Amino acid sequence: MLKYTLRRILGMIPMLFLISVVVFTLALAMPGDPFSGEIDPNNTDPEYIEEMREKLGLNDPIHVQYGRWITNFVQGDFGKSTRYKMPVSDLIAERMPNTIFLGVTSLAITYILAFAMGMYAGRRPYTPGDHFIGGFNYFGLAIPSYIAGVFAIYLFSFQLGWIPFQGSVDITLEKGTLDYWISKIHHVITPAIVLGLLSTASYTQFLRNDIIENSRKDFVRTARAKGTPERKIYNVHILRNSVIPLITFLGFDIVTLVNGAIITEAIFTYPGIGQLFLSSVTNQDYPVLMTLTMMFSFLVLLGNLIADILYGVVDPRIRLD
Amino acid sequence: MNKDLDKKVPLLEVRDLETAFKIDGQYHNAVDKVSFTVDRGKIVGVVGESGCGKSVMSLSIMKLLPKGAGEILGGEVIFDGKNIEHLSEKEMNKIRGKDISMIFQEPMTSLNPVFTIGYQIEEVLHNHFNISKQDARNQSIKLLKSVGISRAEQVVNEYPHQLSGGMRQRVMIAMAIACQPKLLIADEPTTALDVTVQAQILDLLKDVQSVNDMAIILITHDLGVVAEICDEVIVMYAGEIVERSDVRSLFKNPKHPYTQQLMNSIPKLDAEEEKLGSIKGIVPSLKEMPRVGCKFANRCPKAMPECTEITPVLAEDEKGHEVSCLLFEASKTEEGTKIT
Repeated sequence: MLKYTLRRILGMIPMLFLISVVVFTLALAMPGDPFSGEIDPNNTDPEYIEEMREKLGLNDPIHVQYGRWITNFVQGDFGKSTRYKMPVSDLIAERMPNTIFLGVTSLAITYILAFAMGMYAGRRPYTPGDHFIGGFNYFGLAIPSYIAGVFAIYLFSFQLGWIPFQGSVDITLEKGTLDYWISKIHHVITPAIVLGLLSTASYTQFLRNDIIENSRKDFVRTARAKGTPERKIYNVHILRNSVIPLITFLGFDIVTLVNGAIITEAIFTYPGIGQLFLSSVTNQDYPVLMTLTMMFSFLVLLGNLIADILYGVVDPRIRLD
Repeated sequence: MNKDLDKKVPLLEVRDLETAFKIDGQYHNAVDKVSFTVDRGKIVGVVGESGCGKSVMSLSIMKLLPKGAGEILGGEVIFDGKNIEHLSEKEMNKIRGKDISMIFQEPMTSLNPVFTIGYQIEEVLHNHFNISKQDARNQSIKLLKSVGISRAEQVVNEYPHQLSGGMRQRVMIAMAIACQPKLLIADEPTTALDVTVQAQILDLLKDVQSVNDMAIILITHDLGVVAEICDEVIVMYAGEIVERSDVRSLFKNPKHPYTQQLMNSIPKLDAEEEKLGSIKGIVPSLKEMPRVGCKFANRCPKAMPECTEITPVLAEDEKGHEVSCLLFEASKTEEGTKIT
């Protein structure tokens, strides 16, 4: 398994190289440059802009620019944000905990709801309970997060005043105290529910269908013939088989944990990676934009790798070597 | 004293068992008023073509019919002097695997792919006995050895996909005999296996039968298997028993044309034949099943005009040999004509 993992990690290198070329090209293809966002070109001396362009290497041939960027990038120097005037790595490190916190909370909501509903519905297919769960889920799936988010803010923040509508924590509180953490949870709970309910639908229906499918398998009949109680058949024999395909989702989830939810974070003005990504696009903050895109790509590859390794752990029929 | 009494009562008595499938809102019987008995320590073979209700019958006895497919409409199943047809799911679970156990046709898919062999054997022990983990493990190793698996200590930690088909069927047998049941229902246990392995599994079944003194209902469409290990034979066609007798009498003197045709379709070593006998047509589907008359009439070479009008009944033609065919006086009862 170690050998398999190493081989897969080595295999990522050419992929990441290709991705970096694409990311760089796309960034260049975007209209404007850092200056058009930062300085008002109409009021600044064109000579000064030209001088700065020369100094920053923006007039160099493309391959030289790419070479310079990738060399620094590989060495861990992601450049300096043109907007925030601080190293990109610091900027990301500052936002990352918030995003992970949001991701973990929303995933926990997804998993708890999906397993509870999926197992219930899978055991009693085509009953009113199953139809209700199905209806609820498709309803949740059909509402885009920007609508659900805005509605949640309107109802819970403005009408009822239960939850704050922006930020990740009450800044007046001292870091590390109990109140600080309660405030963090308070801030994260609504975006987490909006985000969590969104993916619950696919998890639930997938689990339900797989349970129904597995409940018709021969090994279930064998378990019944052994006198195994129905509850154990569903919760052990069938469930253990039905979690295997869910691992695919788990691979994607690992990515979501870190890359955040762009739309949800933006609506709740939650200072996470997703919001940073969005602002880097609007501000043409190339160093941030390119670093984040590279990071997302890398995480997708990593998520897939973790999913594949987990398959080998959960399913004895799959051997990695 | 109790034992003497036990001997007289058959181990299993099935009376007028009726299992039906609902198709387009109408019930169609897959098992149509089947009655028979199984004595202690005897091997009873059930033969018939595919689709004649053998498996449905055995699943009905165990009450293992999949939900929504097949319903027991009537009849009684009396096991060990107790009617088990009306037992709740919970009470049935106390019998399944302990007093009656079952093995299936497909050893490839009948074991759960994600649990070890040991876990799956131990589960049946934990279901029925209050037994420690260590004892269950030792017991399962012992069971695996008793079904002829030599690397039992390793095999308990292996998964089904690591074993061959024959090995898996041995594991299924080990699981089935774990609680020393009184009755084992084997639903085509050798059909999916290689010919050489088939013989080994049959030998094994016979061995475990004599060691544990249990009765076996062996469902098969292989008359060779029946001749080899069974004491009694039930021939089924279209959900009904058409002939029932001890094995010797049946092979010496098959009475029902269907049984005769089945026997014709076995290749013989001593006779030179151009063509192997076959029965024309197929078992009618549930929806096309004739409601009156003999269900085999349309495929029967000896069919007479009255065969489609009078329903024959299963009756004793000579001692210990029952048949349901109008060629025999016994089958033409008042009752039979009344139905038409």
